[in-house]
Amino acid sequence: MIVSVAFDSGGAAAVRDFIRPAEPVRIDPLFRELMGWDAALCDRAAAPTYPNLIDERHVVADLYNMTNVPMAVWIDESGNIVRPAEVAGTCDEFRSMDRSTFQMKKDAIERAKAVRGTYVDAIRDWVANGESSEYALSAGEVRRRVHAPANVDPLATANFRIGQYLHRQGHTQDARRYFQETRRLCPERWNYLRQTMQLEEDGSASGPEFFRALDALGDRPFYAPVELKKTGG
Amino acid sequence: MAVTIIFEDQAVSVEDARAQGDDLWMPVGELQAATGWELKPQGLCRDERCVPIPPARREQFLRAGDLVNLAALARQLGQPVVHDDSHALWFFGESADARRATLASLKAPDFRLPDIDGNPHSLSDYKGRKVLLLSWASW
Repeated sequence: MIVSVAFDSGGAAAVRDFIRPAEPVRIDPLFRELMGWDAALCDRAAAPTYPNLIDERHVVADLYNMTNVPMAVWIDESGNIVRPAEVAGTCDEFRSMDRSTFQMKKDAIERAKAVRGTYVDAIRDWVANGESSEYALSAGEVRRRVHAPANVDPLATANFRIGQYLHRQGHTQDARRYFQETRRLCPERWNYLRQTMQLEEDGSASGPEFFRALDALGDRPFYAPVELKKTGG
Repeated sequence: MAVTIIFEDQAVSVEDARAQGDDLWMPVGELQAATGWELKPQGLCRDERCVPIPPARREQFLRAGDLVNLAALARQLGQPVVHDDSHALWFFGESADARRATLASLKAPDFRLPDIDGNPHSLSDYKGRKVLLLSWASW
């Protein structure tokens, strides 16, 4: 089953507006195509049939070292991690998007769709075949792939949480310096970076400052490619 | 002025706590309610775990017999501490070692979060089923 977790300090209202909009929302066809969303389901505004949880404090991000969205962790029936946090069916093709028209070239769209399709197929294989699936990793390989938190990460979390607390209390200006410190400490924990930007100014999670940070990556990935199959271990 | 202490994400207001630089002194009697730690003859303890107070640094942990320095305990445990003096607010986080140990176990750590209707869900509610834990955001 899917358990979706929204890293969303806007709380239930923000998530509900996204999942169950009060008014019909026109979903950009390119976005829908990249996400692999079925057009008919979008038109019906069908609600998800699985739990959609709200993680205002990004607790799950910290527990599983998820640093971006969308990311996924695969957990078997015994509660063991069989794939640690990884990019979930997306890739960096979106970086070729024309930022004024929000258009992408067809070959880039096709490559992005292929990455998504391959990932979804891998999930289905695991659901069908369990531990014998070539995508269910051994304990050794899970350990090899886990990105352990750096020493500085909990300090970034502490700054993020104290900033959130002040923000909730209405001390939005005082919260800023903690958000800025969070970003300084961990500039590539994208969930913190984009969430703190968004708390400082609505819409800025996808605004110019985000794109500056994205461009600063240069040749390094925003969405690291996923090594899907087992390699030993 | 009362000090707000956020320890393991639980905020409590402690009337008689006093901040001094990077130290936070609070009454021993209020330590357990605020943090789950308590002073015992063997040191500062929580459940089965005890942290001996280094004899050479005792004055960094205890003062006048009834005040304990929570920040000193946190530093001893490797927990990050961030404080905002203008709001009398102290945050004590989880240590990097604790986070690494959780991940190294390969057991999916449990959590409890509300859904969009406010109903609580724990990951452990779904034990016995394969779970794809998926992150997203509306921003």
